[in-house]
Amino acid sequence: MRIVVCIKQVPDAKNVKLDEKTYTLKREGVESIINPFDMYALEEGLRIKEKMGGAMSVISMGPPQTDSSHREAVSYGVDDGGLLSHRAFAGADTLATSKTLAHGIKKIGFDLIICGKQAIDGDTAQVGPELAAHLGLPHVSFVRKVLEITEQSLTVERLMDDGYDVVRMLFPALMTVVKEINLPRMPSLKGKMRAKKIEISAWGPAEIGLDDTQAGLAGSPTKVVKVFAPQPRSKRELVVGDPAVQAASLLDRLTDDGILKISR
Amino acid sequence: MNQDTNQTPTGIFVDKDKCTGCGNCADACPFGVILVEETAGIGEGCNLCGACVDACDFDAIYILGKKEATLTGPDDSRGVWVYAEQRERVLAPVSMELLGEGRRLADILGCPLSAVLLGHQVAGLADTLFAFGADVVYLADHPDLAGFTDERYSAVVTELITEHQPNIVLAGATPVGRSFIPHVAAKLGTGLTADCTGLDIDAQHLLLQTRPAFGGNIMATIVCPERRPQMATVRPRVMKRPTPQPGRKGQLVQVALNRSGFKTNLMEVVQELSDQVNLAEAEIIVTGGRGLQSAKNFQLIYELAGLLGAAVGASRGAVDAEWLSYAHQIGQTGKTVNPKLYIAVGVSGAVQHLVGMQSSDVIVAINNDPHAPIFNVATYGLVGDLFEIVPALIEGIKARMGI
Repeated sequence: MRIVVCIKQVPDAKNVKLDEKTYTLKREGVESIINPFDMYALEEGLRIKEKMGGAMSVISMGPPQTDSSHREAVSYGVDDGGLLSHRAFAGADTLATSKTLAHGIKKIGFDLIICGKQAIDGDTAQVGPELAAHLGLPHVSFVRKVLEITEQSLTVERLMDDGYDVVRMLFPALMTVVKEINLPRMPSLKGKMRAKKIEISAWGPAEIGLDDTQAGLAGSPTKVVKVFAPQPRSKRELVVGDPAVQAASLLDRLTDDGILKISR
Repeated sequence: MNQDTNQTPTGIFVDKDKCTGCGNCADACPFGVILVEETAGIGEGCNLCGACVDACDFDAIYILGKKEATLTGPDDSRGVWVYAEQRERVLAPVSMELLGEGRRLADILGCPLSAVLLGHQVAGLADTLFAFGADVVYLADHPDLAGFTDERYSAVVTELITEHQPNIVLAGATPVGRSFIPHVAAKLGTGLTADCTGLDIDAQHLLLQTRPAFGGNIMATIVCPERRPQMATVRPRVMKRPTPQPGRKGQLVQVALNRSGFKTNLMEVVQELSDQVNLAEAEIIVTGGRGLQSAKNFQLIYELAGLLGAAVGASRGAVDAEWLSYAHQIGQTGKTVNPKLYIAVGVSGAVQHLVGMQSSDVIVAINNDPHAPIFNVATYGLVGDLFEIVPALIEGIKARMGI
């Protein structure tokens, strides 16, 4: 089985602090990590590869330094990786990103594509399903468990707001996964050694047969026209006193605000 | 990136001759990717939002390849569509919220509002959609559409949009909408904005789509100037649910399912009743964190939530400690919620938690550490021992309710 996992390099939110004046993220000196949801995609891919045999690749679109994420993936047991890196890819929205990834993945070949449910910097959750559309694949999003996998089909649990659905799809297919699906492994010593030496292929539009007009800013139908700070919370108040007083004061305030509809 | 000089450059550039190194652009950059040494340098992570271009007093920063919006007159007549989501023949609340918002947009544009309804034996829901403002309901009622799969629903909706060419398509940012609507948008080759919290129509009659980015720390307004339809998923509970007009009539259009040979099958739907209310739709959420100290102590949270008719959430710490299942997790790697009232009990408020709940209307924080970051976003902060405050709250509510 040929498995491809999409990864994205994102700023590590653990070390990101909020600027309390502007409500923007202070990103200076913030380390880059593999998007946390992609770690679950990687782990699930490795488990499926161990069960079914075959090969597993990672693919990413980003600046050249994204190759550190590929090396990290190799240290967990991924076989190889492709990096889509070219200035023609810059400024891409989800449509152009998914189109570019689709061309890169076609070059690698696949039976199963796994993505994290969304990246923690963009939060769109759109690239996985859009990728499936470009490649003409069935897909299931928000997978929390793989119930059964055969050469022909994949049966999974999809997390819903009120419970879950059991869905079966035929290969080739794509799924996006949530955190609940597994606990990612640590890198192996052997993997770390391999990661140091491995060549990560870097591809531009020509290498993946993508027209420049479909990539990056030119291939992006959506445009950001304005960015602004959200309205800061207008009211902030400390409710003081002993616990009984605090509780009573809080209930009074919530009732006055019209939030709680209980009599006084 | 590769150096390739044979093509027209696209992207953002600094004219080093004009740049004075004043630093206005760096202050204006919401992403913090501009470094000013002698002149400004724009680093990785730029999404070409143009905030720096506006901030520059010297016209030293320019963007190439960003196309100007074209006037799209005929669009206006083509209508606003809302995807009417149903599960097990019950309309999702966000469907009604979208009809209210869709009606408002359609009235600005002077065009009809249509709802798209897929399922099996769901024709009875059409009257509700008319009552909430739909002029037309496209109904695809077929046994093969009884349960949601991305493949089938995407096929039907893509075909309908291709045939009727609406100007705007809206869907709920639910697990269903956020999964199959991107598939539809990519098939159509058009833009899609995820999880919007604000919509409007600008002077050129373009749909302005506003969404939180970077976990709600900044807001971005996005347009889709050239391709149609303009598509957005909209966060539940943000738009106001309109007052229905019972008996309001519209046109029902039956849609045939022309496809078969699907590769995806829904085997089972499991609606878990353990928590009464789901987090996405809850008006009140009570969330417990590590401060609860044990799974057993979550009884306090459940008791308070029960009295308030609230859903129960958990911080990542509480889920990692296996006190509650992942379905309850709120924050960056869990769910994003925006209830009317959010009560955080024993939650310190790491940035990953805050991004999942800071858009709630009113936030109450109960924590024994006065320096806990949760107090920075709390409307009402209660510093103290949760094991004393929460029981006092429970008693207080019971007394007021006369229990």
